[in-house]
Amino acid sequence: MSSSTIGPAQDDLFDRRPLSFDPGLKRNRSNRLLTGVAGLFAAIAILPLVLVIFHVLVQGGRLLTLGLFTELPPPPGLDGGGIGNAVLGTLVVTLVAALVAIPVGVGGGIYLSEYSMGGWFARFVRFGNDVLAGVPSIICGVFVYGAIVASRILFDRSYSALAGGLALAVLMLPTVIKTTDEGLKLVPRELRWGAYGVGASRFVTIVRITLPSAFTPIATGVVLAIARAAGETAPLIFTALFSPFWPESLLSPIATMSVLIFNFAIMPYEAQKALAWAASFVLVVMILIANLLARWFSSIAQR
Amino acid sequence: MTTDSSNDAFTLRRRPAFERFLDIGFRQLTLALASVVALLLLGIFLTIAEGAHEAIATFGARFLVSSAWDPVNNQYGALVAIYGTMVSSLLALAIAVPLGVGTAIFITEDLIPTGLRSAIGLMVELLAAIPSVVLGLWAIFVMEPAIRPALQLLHRLLGWTPFFDTVPQGPGMAPAILILVVMILPIITAISRDALNQVPLELRQAAYGIGSTRWGAIFNIILPAAISAIVGGVMLSLGRAMGETMAVTMIIGNSLNFSFSLLAPGNTISAMLANQFGEASGIQVSALMYAALVLMVLTFAVNVLAQLLVRRLSLRY
Repeated sequence: MSSSTIGPAQDDLFDRRPLSFDPGLKRNRSNRLLTGVAGLFAAIAILPLVLVIFHVLVQGGRLLTLGLFTELPPPPGLDGGGIGNAVLGTLVVTLVAALVAIPVGVGGGIYLSEYSMGGWFARFVRFGNDVLAGVPSIICGVFVYGAIVASRILFDRSYSALAGGLALAVLMLPTVIKTTDEGLKLVPRELRWGAYGVGASRFVTIVRITLPSAFTPIATGVVLAIARAAGETAPLIFTALFSPFWPESLLSPIATMSVLIFNFAIMPYEAQKALAWAASFVLVVMILIANLLARWFSSIAQR
Repeated sequence: MTTDSSNDAFTLRRRPAFERFLDIGFRQLTLALASVVALLLLGIFLTIAEGAHEAIATFGARFLVSSAWDPVNNQYGALVAIYGTMVSSLLALAIAVPLGVGTAIFITEDLIPTGLRSAIGLMVELLAAIPSVVLGLWAIFVMEPAIRPALQLLHRLLGWTPFFDTVPQGPGMAPAILILVVMILPIITAISRDALNQVPLELRQAAYGIGSTRWGAIFNIILPAAISAIVGGVMLSLGRAMGETMAVTMIIGNSLNFSFSLLAPGNTISAMLANQFGEASGIQVSALMYAALVLMVLTFAVNVLAQLLVRRLSLRY
């Protein structure tokens, strides 16, 4: 039917012809087939997420008790206990990282977007920042090990919470710089001109006008960077090490949830495996909440 | 400084010395903070090179082609780990690229309703946020037992090739590759999606206007227009895959013996670092630093290449 409606092309090339869709054509069949393949690929891509979240919620969620957050992990072979020290340790180490990376990153980002005017130095720093973002996290760990742990530069202490926090700060820094740079670029130039026009100095303009109006994109990036740092393990294994006790000071080894998962997953005891799942649950829930928070943040900013 | 106009505006009134001081001081402060990036890169390189110096002097280039890793006799060679790093990341890439680009096409090309599209996009992004160590835990206790029958079948069918000639018994190269696929899929998907979204609407409309089907337009017009950004994203994820540590360390088996078989336990540079650094001493630390230097040079090269690709070739039509 479809082929009969199309007349010979030469005499009525510019006439209106009824359009028709023949699902049996080879091109339409392959179109459907490829759509199916792409859908299948998308399903395969989501499958691991669903499975991981399901297992973490089920295996870890049923271990959720108050004691989990208030007790120390049991000695190998014994039952019970919690991951209180690791939860606290993760917060401490991440806080140290944030306190170092946010001022440095925001400051560097301000220079790139407000002062540099696209000179060679700014281009070099942006390039270096992208390269730094691609440095494997374990390399950051090796670097901090060599620079701080092995050299015993911190009051002659070796493994410490501070070293772990600094390693995470190195990982966070590129993200913070990038989001600050991009966030400040979004601020309209008229806003700055307005501030200059009423006699504000450069410093006042940046601190009182430009930074506040770029607050949401910067905060979104910072929240994402913190969430990522909180889940990092590799740089902590030989900088913060691990400790089965409550944190003593910033200069002694400290427990973190991610290293606890790594250490306990391969232990042959059921209690340790259970705690590893419980720690995964707490960590994943924390990180997913931070991510959704960041998305909510940026959706507010776009309104 | 090219901000002549704004500087003129400042000079119209006499600025107090304190205000000038604050302006200049703040500028210098942010300049110093921006150079932290450069100092860090230099510091990372120098620290690792300094640490590796002893092993480089002792083993030289032999380190790269020898598979002897023997802490008792102080003989070190990183061939097993280097081979494992390359094989695991390249094979993971080979699986993840079609999956990731296919997913990106699925969620950008109007094949499904908008709500479902953003839901899939959100889920893939959340997958990127799950810590590597949690994926490793899942890989040990859930994924590896689940896929072992399939791997055993593979061994029975293809056991005569050197790539499948060991009986799979738990951790090994194949599960590590699969978990790497899970880890780099979100990156490839996100970057491909952004690249595809940037292809101008006119280009698509022109393609449909001359009567091509949806997939005809995708293969002949849209993908070629976005290809350089996609290739850049693929390179970035290759760098990520080579440096990925925790999930791989937990599932790859950390073998120090060389094997072509994908079903046998293997090793990667990052897994070796994660496993041995804490307990190493003496020249072993130096040998590990040497391995770290190799990893760093590899990822550095891949990342710089990716940056150049993204910058030089970005969206030309």
